[in-house]
Amino acid sequence: MLSFLFTVVRRDILLAARRRGDWLTAQFFFVMVVSLFPLGIGPEPTMLRTIGPGVVWVAALLATLLSLGRLFADDHRDGSLEQLLLSPYPNALLALGKAIAHWIINGIPLLLIAPVLGIQFNLPAEALAVLVLSLAIGTPILSLLGSIGAALTLGLRGGGTLITLLILPLYVPALIFGAGAVDGVLAGTGAEAHLSLLGALLVMALLIAPWISALALKVSVE
Amino acid sequence: MLAIHDLACERGERLLFKGLDFALGEGEALLVRGGNGRGKTSLLRILCGLSAPAAGEVRWRGEPIARAHEQYGREMAYVGHANGIKDDLTPLENLRLAAALGGRQLGEDAAQAALVQVGLARCVDLPARVLSFGQRRRVALAALATAGALLWILDEPLTGLDVDGVAMVEGLIRDHVAAGGLAVMTTHQPLALGSLEPRALSVGE
Repeated sequence: MLSFLFTVVRRDILLAARRRGDWLTAQFFFVMVVSLFPLGIGPEPTMLRTIGPGVVWVAALLATLLSLGRLFADDHRDGSLEQLLLSPYPNALLALGKAIAHWIINGIPLLLIAPVLGIQFNLPAEALAVLVLSLAIGTPILSLLGSIGAALTLGLRGGGTLITLLILPLYVPALIFGAGAVDGVLAGTGAEAHLSLLGALLVMALLIAPWISALALKVSVE
Repeated sequence: MLAIHDLACERGERLLFKGLDFALGEGEALLVRGGNGRGKTSLLRILCGLSAPAAGEVRWRGEPIARAHEQYGREMAYVGHANGIKDDLTPLENLRLAAALGGRQLGEDAAQAALVQVGLARCVDLPARVLSFGQRRRVALAALATAGALLWILDEPLTGLDVDGVAMVEGLIRDHVAAGGLAVMTTHQPLALGSLEPRALSVGE
């Protein structure tokens, strides 16, 4: 069981490594969107500090959405998704493996870039640390919930737009608690409450999302 | 081993076939016949568990296949219209990856030997992207041969293959069935299986 999960993750990382151009687009998009705000709003330090956490989090949501379209689409096109679904392991394990791989490929780079971008918003070191922590707990939620949308819109025309409408509402709680944690540090009220709720969301997404994605995949492939 | 009972299939409100019954035992092959759009591919997808039938059920070793997902997954191999191989990986990597995902170990030598057997000795290290359609089909067939499955479900296995390739597939099927395996296939091309006489099933009459 675990070796299957590991093989699925390793497979997707290997495929992403062979096609670097594809996954780098989402990271560049993240950098661009976040960098546009200081340019558009102007160099007002207190204003930037207020909007900083929210901007970084919203950009992370959008960058994740951008990369989700390909989560199952390539495998669907060349028929390897059918072979994966026919493997002698539960399909939920396949969906979980794909979501974990998506997080490693797309989520972890966001974590690494985020503190650098946070500096543009005049965030203090303490807030930067919490920003990275909130993204570390939050981006797996984005990958897990996103895999449901990617599975549901598989093979549909205009799936890219549809996935945005389907998944963005589900991302709202993660956005509120993630950006709220950093705001808490800035306001001096602490981040523990927000981070705990974000952690609870992650546990829930881990338990539920793979099963729903697996069901959606079965329907989409049929 | 493989039995279907009173199977019916609908595609977008239209009934493709109904009341289909058959049972297939070890060392038997079944050739599904029918014109374009009669439901051959739909039947094969139901047989391997990718689609759900409108009525009836498919049983493997007496168990409905939905309940025997793990065992069925180990003992069944499917080659569909799409080859299911990744363009960015070499044939060798594709074969070993397919084996690992099926929970099997496939050594580099064994994978290499399987590729030589299907006539790809010269392209084991090229990305599958640069291979021709027929060569990619051969990679999928090499994966089938190394899957160690008891039941083969083949949807148009001869598409895109040259004369040698067709003979190679015929040889693979013959050996598989002679060794006690089961095969369910569709094809529009004549299939020369020697002494093996596949049973015929017509759909959508």
